[in-house]
Amino acid sequence: MAVAAEVRVEQVAREDLVMFVNACFSCTGQREFYGDARGQSVSIEFLHQYILGNYRRLYRRTLAAGINHFNQAQIILNLLATGTPVDAQERREEGALIAAALRRLPPQRAFRVLESLRSRRINNRRARAIVREYLESRADLAFDAVKYRAKLRAVVVHGHLKLGGELGPFLFQGWKKRVYTQPLLETFRQAHFAQEALYALPYTVAEGLAQKHGVPRDVFLQRIEPRLTQAERLRLQESAAREGAEVPPVDLARAPLTKLCLYVLALKDEVRQERRDELHTALMRASERVLARAPAALGRVAAVLDNSHSSSGSLQKRRRPLGVALASHYLLGASAREYRAFWTSPVEEPLRVAARGQTDLATPLLAALEWGADLVVIVSDGYDNDPPRAVAELTRVFRERLDPGRRTALVHVNPVFDADEYAPRSLGEAVATVGVRDAEDVPTVLGFARFAEGTASLLELERYLAARMASWLEREPRKAEDAAWRSPGEPVRDEEEA
Amino acid sequence: MSRARLIQRLELQGLRLAPSQVWGQVRLVPVLRDEVRGDLRFAHRNYGDAVSVVSVQGAPAARGLKYVSYIPHGLVMTWGNRQAEAVYGTRLQAQDGKKVDAGAFSVRLLHRMVHREDRNQLRMLPLHLAMEGFLARYFGGPDIAWSEYSRDGLSRGLNPRSEASIPGWASFALDGALRTFELHERQVGLLLFNADELLSAFIVAHPDDYRALHRTLLEDFYGDLLLQYGYLQVVGELGLRLDASRVSSVADLREQVARMREDWATFHGFMAGGLFGVEVTARKAYEAGPFLLQHFHTRLIPSEENHLGEAIIGPDGTLEYLKTYRLSAAQTRRAYLLQQLAGSQWNLDDAAKALGSTRTDLVVRLHNAGFGYLLKPHVLEEAQRSNAWGR
Repeated sequence: MAVAAEVRVEQVAREDLVMFVNACFSCTGQREFYGDARGQSVSIEFLHQYILGNYRRLYRRTLAAGINHFNQAQIILNLLATGTPVDAQERREEGALIAAALRRLPPQRAFRVLESLRSRRINNRRARAIVREYLESRADLAFDAVKYRAKLRAVVVHGHLKLGGELGPFLFQGWKKRVYTQPLLETFRQAHFAQEALYALPYTVAEGLAQKHGVPRDVFLQRIEPRLTQAERLRLQESAAREGAEVPPVDLARAPLTKLCLYVLALKDEVRQERRDELHTALMRASERVLARAPAALGRVAAVLDNSHSSSGSLQKRRRPLGVALASHYLLGASAREYRAFWTSPVEEPLRVAARGQTDLATPLLAALEWGADLVVIVSDGYDNDPPRAVAELTRVFRERLDPGRRTALVHVNPVFDADEYAPRSLGEAVATVGVRDAEDVPTVLGFARFAEGTASLLELERYLAARMASWLEREPRKAEDAAWRSPGEPVRDEEEA
Repeated sequence: MSRARLIQRLELQGLRLAPSQVWGQVRLVPVLRDEVRGDLRFAHRNYGDAVSVVSVQGAPAARGLKYVSYIPHGLVMTWGNRQAEAVYGTRLQAQDGKKVDAGAFSVRLLHRMVHREDRNQLRMLPLHLAMEGFLARYFGGPDIAWSEYSRDGLSRGLNPRSEASIPGWASFALDGALRTFELHERQVGLLLFNADELLSAFIVAHPDDYRALHRTLLEDFYGDLLLQYGYLQVVGELGLRLDASRVSSVADLREQVARMREDWATFHGFMAGGLFGVEVTARKAYEAGPFLLQHFHTRLIPSEENHLGEAIIGPDGTLEYLKTYRLSAAQTRRAYLLQQLAGSQWNLDDAAKALGSTRTDLVVRLHNAGFGYLLKPHVLEEAQRSNAWGR
């Protein structure tokens, strides 16, 4: 009796954790095609509190599992809000994990986390120490002070910190009181009075000031161009073209894969056709770069990709499910020995894919099974409606009758979090569902899929997380790149890629 | 020839039902058309006035019978040869009706429910056409001056007659359902179920037109059932299963899935049995080239589902356009009573006999249905008094 109860407890724990890690890959608290933002955030908040309350050790280790930034930030905040573990070693581990996670977050997100400490009224000794350590680790605090001025000031006030040099007066007195010797701070001061100084500031700061000076948008865009980061360039393509400014050249060869796919999907069909070769090469190279970082050698792979209307995402996550599908197409194509893609509504040219039509996953899945793949990866939001629940039935019968030995692995990769189920929506019992935010996560989640399938034990899951944590803490993020911001002309770093 | 093409019963000939998509309590069933002729196109015309006044008889600004309603949009129907597609949407549109400002609002005066604008172009007011046809049909009032009827009833009939209905945007679920609905490539229509009761059907001739008109379903009006079941949270998910024992290869699996798809179509066809396959009474509204525009209603038996609507039948008998409205129970009862009265030349005794009840009961029923004003006050009082005595 006691043994059965123990088995059950272990099973519950494993299911809880798998659900949580899955949610942490896909949910960002934003609106989805089928669900609203409010439901999403209520759902994910509950999940965080539940896991933190019951499995604190595994909760913090999830930080290292490759989950998305939104959930990393949530975990850091929740851990800081609930005090320190008593055990000294646990305390050390938690501290190290929080500090490392914070350092790896893109700076705007990290500063947002620190700012949230104030709104959530977290001000314990450990939180202050973490803030201090983070600020010390920043390569150029003056730059941060200009770019994230309000956030940094909030952090400094909240944590009673003393900043050296001119930073204190800069944050609290701003541009009105004095002249600065630090060149960037001085430029920021001057930019409030003279247009010329604008163009030595980071784009996001200069943008507001340009408005104040009434600089025409096209002139501004043209002159600020050397200061743009890669992500900003990519983001500005459309609006610059609309304003009649020169479109900032974007180095497609350096853009991350999913971002690049979203960029491609935002282009008009004619443009995509025209620049076909260029875009194709860029996508190939991007996926090779992902594989260089996280190698995955796969055999005979079939991808079932959902390009139905619902893959158009929402206003907040525009075309993201489709972008993930396209990116997975390139990524799997690059990592597999043999590869074939099956779209729900067939496309001639993957680059020109568009979100339309119903979700008929059964037909492409049948084709994939017929082709005889070792691994079938289904990229879909989990809604199949033509006919409904066809994939669930299809895979059940397939496992039962045709493949009881599990020769063919079936994995469902879902970029959409379903708030009602606290998990990415699944396609039935026979297929393991794993959540992703970017296609870059696909190699990671393929490893995680065996836990989602339910065959691996809790011990294995704990070992998996521990191993990931160890290797994650070992590898320190590349630090030197922060310097690339300041000198115009030098290749600029993609801030969100880090 | 055209007489023969009035529909006797609605058939989904040449059309196919696909598996439904469910959102909350709303179930949407796509209607697909495999063979698209392309010589009948519909376009959307937006009005956006607070109220529209449609002259049913006589000139728009003159005296005469008027139909007053909130009409958010009209349909412009173009027919002709197969090249119609090439010029589709490129024609300049004529100013439709006349706009009159009334304070903060505007009123649009429109000429007729169906108005020919060009040689091959027709403007119609969807659903209002059917509703007006329905109201005109039985709501005329007595044509023989029986002594029981009031003077108002004899001189003006049931005027002004009115019916209330519910706009689509009153239902939050319908908005969500239309937003998240995934259109099929060859989809030309939609059956709309609320809590698994058929509310409305909408079918056009061309998939592109349907794509453009999909969201206008939210502006259409529906029967009471849209709100009546509004608090029901979700309709049950219907899971059809595959038969595992019949599968020994992937080809078998494919066959099973095809069968599953067919089962869905049959099932939806069964669910929509109150509209398709039942006898309808149709009347010609307009003959546009080879196409016959008509409005119809089902048999108006209070215990059954009752729909009214408008349809266009093509030269080969296919259903090219359909839009229906489901009558609420009260609307059906009213229509049924009037239909019975009209059937017996408005003679109360004959009608009571036909209904298998007494004259007193019929009078009380008429009063309860809201037609008390048709009768002289003393007839009504007498009936109510003897009804009370009877208990």
